[in-house]
Amino acid sequence: MASIQNAVLDLKNLDLLANGNSAIHRLDARAKVLITLVFILCVVSNNRYELTTLLPFFIFPVVMISLADLPPLFILRKIILLCPFVVAVGIFNPVFDQVILLQIGPLGISGGWISFASILVRSILTVGAAFILVGVTGFTAVCQALERLGMPQVFAVQLLFLYRYIFVLTEESGRASRARELRSCGKKGQGIGSYSSMVGHLLLRTWQRAERIHMAMLARGFTGEFHASRQSRFGASEIRFVLAWSTLFIFLRLQNVSQLLGSLITGLFP
Amino acid sequence: MSHHIVEVKNLRHVYPDGTAALKDVSFIITHGESVGIIGANGAGKSTLLQHLNGCLEPSSGAIHIGHTPLSKGTLPDIRRTIGMVFQDPDDQLFMPTVFDDVAFGPLNLGYTPADVEQRVTDVLELVGAGHLRDKPPYHLSGGEKKRVAIATVLSMSPDILVMDEPTNGLDPFARRQLMKLLRDFKHTRIFTSHDLDMVLELCERVIVLHEGEVWADGPALEIFNNDKLLAECRLEKPFSMQGCPVCRKQKQDIFSESQE
Repeated sequence: MASIQNAVLDLKNLDLLANGNSAIHRLDARAKVLITLVFILCVVSNNRYELTTLLPFFIFPVVMISLADLPPLFILRKIILLCPFVVAVGIFNPVFDQVILLQIGPLGISGGWISFASILVRSILTVGAAFILVGVTGFTAVCQALERLGMPQVFAVQLLFLYRYIFVLTEESGRASRARELRSCGKKGQGIGSYSSMVGHLLLRTWQRAERIHMAMLARGFTGEFHASRQSRFGASEIRFVLAWSTLFIFLRLQNVSQLLGSLITGLFP
Repeated sequence: MSHHIVEVKNLRHVYPDGTAALKDVSFIITHGESVGIIGANGAGKSTLLQHLNGCLEPSSGAIHIGHTPLSKGTLPDIRRTIGMVFQDPDDQLFMPTVFDDVAFGPLNLGYTPADVEQRVTDVLELVGAGHLRDKPPYHLSGGEKKRVAIATVLSMSPDILVMDEPTNGLDPFARRQLMKLLRDFKHTRIFTSHDLDMVLELCERVIVLHEGEVWADGPALEIFNNDKLLAECRLEKPFSMQGCPVCRKQKQDIFSESQE
């Protein structure tokens, strides 16, 4: 349970990064959400054996992190946390796909290994982009941007409530779990049975809280409509930001820049 | 006609499981009064509060707020008149930032954005939380949360303030701050609390609930001096009326020595 609480603490830290005041932070959230979507689309739409075309895409996270002054190690740690899942997804590729695609001297590299590496790189890029988005925008602003870009309000409100109460819920479950641990004296306690009743309790408590929150909303004149009070402008700098990056991404997607660079260098030095 | 009168007539509430939480409760609270509702756990305080802004429907009896009977049709108006501060600020602060939370009520009432902005700034200043305006609620301390929760209600300019255990879980300093804030309000105020010292300081009048009925209703000092009544209702005198524990101990010691 400690690890979950740490993760939530990390989430809070990530959110605090969004209070920064760099040029990237000041951009309208919609621009950043849009460009992250374009980036993710361009990255994942690559062929499954592509590795070289993916590498130039690293320019986006690098530039964003340096411009927005985010702590690179913190973001890297967050990405590494996710790596075991990615490895689990791709680990069987080298087993099933043993056709040799690449020959480096005596070493033959099979298609499986290449597609595995491709999955890994893609995940690092997309997950990194998502973390950077939250780090420079803040989760709330991302939700509001999604809503203003056309996502139904119900979903946006759901996400906002999820984010607001995840902290309360983890605190509650952390307390319950600690109480159980302390009374099980370092042994297994009552085993899985005690966990199931704990989860049940948490559910009931959440239910009651939801009722109280609803009451609090009604008491303040809630009629089913959420009014956005924040005004922001999608101005010239936002348009420039979106155009420049999306042009670059589409170019990187259509042209194999690594290969171009390679042939340029080998052409220069034959 | 005043909006600030709360009249509860023969209110009875039976929960679906058959528990009669309120048996027969009647009282009238007039304009500008500050009233403490006290009672043991399970006396019916929270149930009563939930009736005051229509979160529960009475099994029988009626509630009038400023001569308007509380019913489905009048609910929106009555909820604007009564500002309800919940016991757990985490239930009340559900929006992403303090500003959004305080603006939630006024926006629902249909004020213009400029007006909302002004109101939010004013009430946050009033409760001393101006610097918290852009913070998310989960980054606030307990005392800050409480003050912001009060601001969320004040921003709707209610005539009557209803608060459930306002000083619960606050450190002594935050409790003092909050009590000073509450003392300066000109609204009709209704508190429920187990913090009897707070009740003694803030309320001229006290209503004692016991097992779903009003057992006493009168000036605070009179009620807190009635030892028999307090004992019956599982209450005791506020600490400030109990005398100094150190002196009492010394007196007892001297008494027992002189007896020996």
